[in-house]
Amino acid sequence: MTHFARRAALAAVVLAGLAGLTGAASAQTKTLDTVKQRGQLVCGVNVGLPGFGAADDKGVWSGLDVDYCKAIAAAVLGDAGKVRYVPTTTKERFTALQSGEIDVLNRNTTWTISRDSSLGLSFAGVNYYDGQGFMVKKAAGVKSGKELGGATICVQTGTTTELNLADFFRINNLQYKPLVFEKMDEALRAYQANRCDAFTTDASQLYAVRLLTSNPDEHIVLPDIISKEPLGPAVRQGDSQWFTIVRWVHFALLNAEELNVTQANVDEMLNSTHPDVKRLLGKEGDFGKGLGLDNDWAYRAVKQVGNYGEVFERNVGSGSRLKIDRGLNGLWTKGGLQYAPPIR
Amino acid sequence: MAVLARKPRDLADVKALLYRPEVRQVAYQAALLAALAFAAYWVVNNVAANLRRQNIASGFDFLSRTSGFDVAQTLIEYSNLSTYGRAFLVGLLNTLLVAALGILAATVLGFVIGIARLSSNWLIAKLAAVYVELVRNVPLLLQLFFWYFAVLKNLPNPRQSFALPGGAYFNVRGLYLPAPVFLPGFGLVAAALAVGTLATAALWWWARQRQALTGERIAVLWPALAAVVGLPLVVFLAAGRPLEVDYPVLGGFNFQGGVAVMPELIALLLGLSIYTASFIAEIVRAGILGIPKGQTEAAQALGLSRGLSLRLVVIPQAARIVIPPLTSQYLNLTKNSSLAVAIGYPDFVSVTGTILNQTGQAVEVILMTMGVYLAISLLTSLFMNWFNSHMALVER
Ligand SMILES: N[C@@H](CCC(=O)N[C@@H](CS)C(=O)NCC(=O)O)C(=O)O
Repeated sequence: MTHFARRAALAAVVLAGLAGLTGAASAQTKTLDTVKQRGQLVCGVNVGLPGFGAADDKGVWSGLDVDYCKAIAAAVLGDAGKVRYVPTTTKERFTALQSGEIDVLNRNTTWTISRDSSLGLSFAGVNYYDGQGFMVKKAAGVKSGKELGGATICVQTGTTTELNLADFFRINNLQYKPLVFEKMDEALRAYQANRCDAFTTDASQLYAVRLLTSNPDEHIVLPDIISKEPLGPAVRQGDSQWFTIVRWVHFALLNAEELNVTQANVDEMLNSTHPDVKRLLGKEGDFGKGLGLDNDWAYRAVKQVGNYGEVFERNVGSGSRLKIDRGLNGLWTKGGLQYAPPIR
Repeated sequence: MAVLARKPRDLADVKALLYRPEVRQVAYQAALLAALAFAAYWVVNNVAANLRRQNIASGFDFLSRTSGFDVAQTLIEYSNLSTYGRAFLVGLLNTLLVAALGILAATVLGFVIGIARLSSNWLIAKLAAVYVELVRNVPLLLQLFFWYFAVLKNLPNPRQSFALPGGAYFNVRGLYLPAPVFLPGFGLVAAALAVGTLATAALWWWARQRQALTGERIAVLWPALAAVVGLPLVVFLAAGRPLEVDYPVLGGFNFQGGVAVMPELIALLLGLSIYTASFIAEIVRAGILGIPKGQTEAAQALGLSRGLSLRLVVIPQAARIVIPPLTSQYLNLTKNSSLAVAIGYPDFVSVTGTILNQTGQAVEVILMTMGVYLAISLLTSLFMNWFNSHMALVER
């Protein structure tokens, strides 16, 4: 009953939110002004995915996506700590953004055309190039996704994962049964109880999820990557200033890495004579103004959070338990796909 | 109307008109109606305008688009090439299945427990009381998780399945039953069964009339068996046994063939019916206790046996007390079945949730979901009200 009531309440909130009971309906409020006025960034994150967005037992949030919240807060408000994290499930995340409950969604969310158009969202960039994979039990002796014909597969609802799965089996002319759960925890429990032959989600998350199982050594991630999952921050459509800020915070972190500006050396770098570094850190040009910020915006983001490479290694790379290779997420100069337009 | 039509001659007349209770009443109702209509218009308009402004797609066109996702249990033909509209239907049928089976099981169990609680056997009565108190006071979601993971934990892998009599198997992937395959000619058997059933009903009705008129009791059991079992059997044999059985066989990851019952369905049914039965038991107990002892005593004084006095005197009266609260338990069970999504059963809420996420059309999908639950609830209430008035004692 309570569950039903909760659902009804959610429905009511959605309807009321969309009905725009406030004056916000007519006057286009600017997210930047709202955030500044509030003195806090409200950031939608994962409910608990190690490496991307998870709170520890003291309620301290960390992860790649969480660091993006911090970087935006540092650039806009001057303090990476001025963030309120709103954990969102796969199902709630878009409604939370559309209804204005959160300012930005940093939640391992795949950039697709429908989300970028008819859902009323805009993706500001790709902070992680991912692809969907499968995790199976070692004991099953399966070596490739193509051997999964007839298998039962555990998957979380409201994801691109659910759709790719159908495509993959259709393309390969294989039968399967999807077992769809609302929460990752239950999907994983059912998989561990042997209810499913495989668990599927974005490959990066499979590494995290594998560590959440009771005995990680019993499971392997298959080599197949069956889809493109460019994950990145999303904002509401129709506020181009805010969109540009979020997008350029991402580019600033990338440019910082490319220019070897790190959290540790950023203060020294203020004296650099390299014109690109000077522009990045606001010593030359007036680029903050165009964003509605001051010229130290990128300096603060790097100073408080680090450059993209540091953020990556700390949360999902060599400095973390996940130990994911840079791979596609390396800089373009190092054979990866991460490429940021210049600051000039 | 005549009042309104009369032309007021002066101010006093108008005032007098305003003070007439019936005029005021109509005016209030009209004002309320206008306010409601305006509010509805405003909400609809505002929602539409906001969706447009935020560039969020709206409308119901998506229902005829390809869904692109699969559903684990489908009672009708469905694949990821089917439409969203059909996916809705698949989810709805899955919910109706759970609701119907759950209501059946909860009613039977509830009646048994309710009567057991009134048993003169101390142990049975206490056990029933413990059941009710225990089950009623633990949140349903926890019970569902308990049953689901308890069921899963205790079942073997497909390769070590429990073999059940009759070619059925039970493992962590579900219950695999042999499925009947109807060959052409089976229609005749079905027709024979229908004829037999109708004949039995007619016979029973005639026997009752007869007993009411003459007091003579006619045994209908044997002719009824002959009509319901014998006749179809003869036709079945004569038609050359138009029925085959498809047995489940182990292949690849799992059993193929037969019918498979998902563990999620089993766990959901266990959870829902055990939980709801505890409430039904109390309703039944209250219903029986609500009948004055004098009624039973009077029936027994007339020479009716314990069973007959229960059947003819107590239960018909208790039913009047029981049916209304029973209806709300049935509605609760149906609504509670939306917890299915937590344990991976593809019910209506689970499927619409997926649709909502894939299309992003929250307003439309939520409206449809609410509409469906409202319709199910209203239909259940309507049926139970009809049943109730049917059961009610005719006061003379
Ligand atoms: N990138 C995909 C899937 C992202 C996703 O939600 N993954 C799940 C599966 S690991 C997740 O993060 N679950 C965490 C949770 O809800 O607890 C999408 O945007 O649809």
